[in-house]
Amino acid sequence: MGWNRKLLRVNLSAGTCTEEALNMQWAQDYLGSRGLATKYLVSEIDPKVDPLSPDNKMIMATGPLTGTMASTGGRYTVITKGPLTGAIACSNSGGFFGAEMKFAGWDMIIFEGKSPKPVYLYVENDKAELRDAADLWGKSCWETEEQIKARHQDPLIRVSSIGRAGENQVLFACIVNDLHRAAGRSGVGAVMGSKNLKAVAIRGTKGVAGIKDFGAFMQATNDAKKVLADNAVTGQGLPKYGTQVLMNVINEMGALPTRNHRDVQFEDAGKISAEAMHEKRESDGKRHLVTNAACFGCTIACGRISEIDKGHFTVKNSPKYWGASGGLEYEAAWALGAANGVGDLEALQYANLICNEQGMDPISFGATVGAAMELYDLGVLSKEQIGLEAPFGSAEALAKLVEMTAGGEGFGKELALGSKRLCAKYGRPELSMSVKGQEFPAYDSRGIQGMGLAYATSNRGACHLRGYTVASEVLGIPVKTDPLTTDGKPELVKAFQDATAVFDSAGICVFTSFAWTLADVQPQLAAACEGDWSMEKLNEVGERIWNMERQFNNAAGFTAKDDNLPPRLTTEPAKSGPAKGLVNGLDKMLPKYYEVRGWTPDGVPTPETLARLGL
Amino acid sequence: MWKSLHIDPAKCTGCLQCEMACSYEHTGVINPSVSRIKVFDFEHEGRKVPYTCTQCTEAWCLNACPVDAIRVDHSTGAKMVFEDTCVGCKVCTIACPFGTINYNQMSGKVQKCDLCEGDPACAKACPTGAITYVDADWTGLDKMRSWAAKANTATTAA
Repeated sequence: MGWNRKLLRVNLSAGTCTEEALNMQWAQDYLGSRGLATKYLVSEIDPKVDPLSPDNKMIMATGPLTGTMASTGGRYTVITKGPLTGAIACSNSGGFFGAEMKFAGWDMIIFEGKSPKPVYLYVENDKAELRDAADLWGKSCWETEEQIKARHQDPLIRVSSIGRAGENQVLFACIVNDLHRAAGRSGVGAVMGSKNLKAVAIRGTKGVAGIKDFGAFMQATNDAKKVLADNAVTGQGLPKYGTQVLMNVINEMGALPTRNHRDVQFEDAGKISAEAMHEKRESDGKRHLVTNAACFGCTIACGRISEIDKGHFTVKNSPKYWGASGGLEYEAAWALGAANGVGDLEALQYANLICNEQGMDPISFGATVGAAMELYDLGVLSKEQIGLEAPFGSAEALAKLVEMTAGGEGFGKELALGSKRLCAKYGRPELSMSVKGQEFPAYDSRGIQGMGLAYATSNRGACHLRGYTVASEVLGIPVKTDPLTTDGKPELVKAFQDATAVFDSAGICVFTSFAWTLADVQPQLAAACEGDWSMEKLNEVGERIWNMERQFNNAAGFTAKDDNLPPRLTTEPAKSGPAKGLVNGLDKMLPKYYEVRGWTPDGVPTPETLARLGL
Repeated sequence: MWKSLHIDPAKCTGCLQCEMACSYEHTGVINPSVSRIKVFDFEHEGRKVPYTCTQCTEAWCLNACPVDAIRVDHSTGAKMVFEDTCVGCKVCTIACPFGTINYNQMSGKVQKCDLCEGDPACAKACPTGAITYVDADWTGLDKMRSWAAKANTATTAA
């Protein structure tokens, strides 16, 4: 089994909550979570729908391994049409909320329509009802979680919510659960806000009983946990340094995008790195990092819990930020730091805290600030227009702009549209460091060539989590490839994209793939789920999911022209480091990629490919 | 020789593998809501603390039970709830100073840690060594060793 075989459909317009049987044929074809929820979405909405209209739908979905003892089996995915990109949005989160949904007896929740007034969904096992959220509207994610637990007198409830950013429909608003885990990218929080849905609160006491063969499952999950424990990255590097272990590594490779990708190395990378988080601060003698932390079921525990310097200018008058809290992870530290040239670790953590508190993607926010700082540097934007001086490197500007963006104040309303719309408005569209409207994460594709293709072809816009060839090109997982050449990258990108779709759809964390291949996941799925879950089947499911997402985007109006990179990355050579003099060779990779995908030269899956995948 | 569950909160990451293992061991279902060990997350301090029954010698729960449903398993030292005797009156849950014996709505009985017949599932599942199962007379051994290591003594003469 693995699945609860049951989904909850919430019609926000009508105020109804209805139980439905899960389509088990689709579960066999699309596994769960990302794959299965996307199948439901593409079957139920018009690809050309306005993402922020009531006709869009939003699905929260678990996978068959969510809520089980499989390591990292606590993930859930939010699937919708994304307002930042207009493409499929697929944002994955850890924490404890996903497992709770499973324990309450549901595989997924489909939200449709729009509530006439703010509401939250309260789920207690089989019972599900919409409750008035008038008094929660305007509150942060942190306040919302606290107040819902107090209202129900139940500290064991798990909450997923939007903050002010989602309410204000910031196009990169996220959905936050368990205080600092987030379905982060593509603006899924804005969709939730557009539906007047403030939060989803779940208490589940039924547990997961439907494992096909518990004996085999325990054996398989224990074997796989041992692989994680014995691996240098998942067993030592990530627990000790978190994803931030990458900051100095990527900088030395000349692949750390700096100042809106003008540079590929950041002179202050060391100051915002994992190593810096471990050192005692000069100001108060304390370490920034307090401890590491795990999401549900995770035996890696890469999460960072830190304490900001109480005397720092950002928080000295705000005691509520003085306690331990989530961050910094690598992507946030990069986007809030190197992307803007800001080397003040405490300022980055402050901006990160506001992103968590008010529900905003720190990657797109930080990268959009980077674009605004370049516009300011070029004299396109003035101090008067922004409301403050915003040169590269200004921690003060970063701290102020994060508040303005989350709160929908002044120039923050323009930042809230993301870098693509911001740069277009001011006549410099080429300065938006984005693909399909979504900002790049923390790897410069001039220094890691495969990532250029992964970004250009990612179904949710620029993203490192669709096909993380960094693993191969930098870390040698599963095999080392040369980051400075395009050779073999089309095949590599396809393999990573398809495999990642399976990890996501199983309900586990993609970080396990530093140590696991699909061959480590397969025995766990086979023991948990009825049906044939051979390696061959898993590879096919991954490819099917990728092509389904592509078909949705094509139907939404995307073409091969959108599989591109900003001209800076293909015409302005890297200025320093090992990639000095190189641009990204996307033109060398893309035609071959289409070929290995079985797509036409225009990026459309051929009838043969669709038939082979049963699409 | 009895053993004791020994908990080192400093090693806990809050993954809840212990809660899943406990519930599966006792109910056959992965269900942290009926786990007899709970991990508490003091998020604003960055601390996670697993907590369960210490198996008191003069157990309040055992002494409070009006029907003698709680008895000692002499092979492990665990205070065991005998479900066929328990009437679900919950007096033991009031008597326990630590809150580690609790009522279960599904069974209508109380439940507490029973040390899994001398092979606790939580300790086996813990990935970081935060929960171990050690000689009941020497739960302080690791702490003693760490202090001994700090003693400023000369090396043993040849």
